[in-house]
Amino acid sequence: MAAKIKIATTSLAGCFGCHMSFLDIDERLLKLADSVEFDRSPLTDIEHCGPCDIGLIEGGVCNSENVHVLREFRANCKILIAVGACAINGGLPALRNFFKLEDCLLEAYQDGIGVDNPQIPSDPELPLLLDKVRPVHEIVKIDYFMPGCPPSADVFWHYLSALIEGRDPTLPYELVHYD
Amino acid sequence: MSGTLCIDGIAVPFSDGQTIIEAARTAGVYIPYLCHRPGYAPYGSCKLCTVKVNGRTNTACTLPAADGQTVISNSPDLQHDRQRITQMLFVEGNHFCPSCEKSGNCQLQAVAYHQNMLDNHYPHFYAQREMDASHPDILIDHDRCIFCNLCVRASKEKDGKDVFGIAGRGIHKRLVINSPSGKLKDSEISVDDEAAHVCPTGAILVKRSAYLAPIGERIYDGHPISEVACEKAVIKAGEASGYPSCDPTKLAESAQQNGGPDSHYAATMPPAPDIKHGR
Repeated sequence: MAAKIKIATTSLAGCFGCHMSFLDIDERLLKLADSVEFDRSPLTDIEHCGPCDIGLIEGGVCNSENVHVLREFRANCKILIAVGACAINGGLPALRNFFKLEDCLLEAYQDGIGVDNPQIPSDPELPLLLDKVRPVHEIVKIDYFMPGCPPSADVFWHYLSALIEGRDPTLPYELVHYD
Repeated sequence: MSGTLCIDGIAVPFSDGQTIIEAARTAGVYIPYLCHRPGYAPYGSCKLCTVKVNGRTNTACTLPAADGQTVISNSPDLQHDRQRITQMLFVEGNHFCPSCEKSGNCQLQAVAYHQNMLDNHYPHFYAQREMDASHPDILIDHDRCIFCNLCVRASKEKDGKDVFGIAGRGIHKRLVINSPSGKLKDSEISVDDEAAHVCPTGAILVKRSAYLAPIGERIYDGHPISEVACEKAVIKAGEASGYPSCDPTKLAESAQQNGGPDSHYAATMPPAPDIKHGR
């Protein structure tokens, strides 16, 4: 029996909507399970990504931990796929790029309406925020891109089934959407 | 003058005064564009409609159609260049489709779909641009302006008002409003003006008109821009079109003179990673 293909997934500055869409492939998950196994992903709760065939990255890069995780995925995954609008262009989290980081922190933790015990969080456990949210392709090399907010389940299926079969994934015109 | 030109192997008739892009559009052959609009004077700024005419590079929206022209439009290298141009437009502005009410009705988005643009390729500028929501009926989100000049031309040539202008150069280029305050509310624009409706992106929006058509039922949700932009059903090279085919030998010779249609594309696209054997 051939070894199963290893897939890792993670969400950086994203909303997990892309992961939800991935699960929307529904009963095709059973077919997928015949040929793949999951490394790090929300399904397995593994902390660090090991050597994998495919890495799926949802979300943009907004803090130092995102950079670390992204580089770990790149180092371990033969094929890295940027999944969804946030990974591709920063998406909604990147809307904070039009404000100073200091102003964002003050609004969220000090000056905002209803803030109780105002203070800017400061703890070594907390990852440092980047001054701008960035798409993943600006940090590491990305092999494939799945557009959409989120990409539809059919998009996931097209990409994964092609890669598992050793084909170059292509997207039918009707599945290309940015929203 | 009228006659016939050859676009990607299809004989396309043209009539007096038509440019290549208009002859193609009338015949149902789609050449991508954003700054062009039927009935408007040629402008030639977005360069999406760049084609090879008798071996030389030209913008199809500005070059008059002439009898016997051999035009290459749908070659891999030209499509690749168009994709890169579209990607540049995306990274120079702030185009977040999921949060834009024009999504599905947006020509920029539809052209990107047509180009099979799956990523933005370049580093993002995240340019700082202000929104002008001062007018009671019209809103300008400068984030989405691609400087196609259509609103400028519409206001001047169609509305007779001269409300818009493009100022500055390069990264400092911006759409400016001709009013004492620089705000739209103090300009002469009216919601009935053509300039309020001509924008190919979500930069100029008419207020209280969002989501009248739900997502999934918008223009480009059901029809690719290649169909919407053309007067007749879209024609693919080699299919029965009602128009005779042109001499493919002549077309191939013309392409060969330019290094072959595949040369640039093959040189710039990396091979697919090998999942079985690593990279």
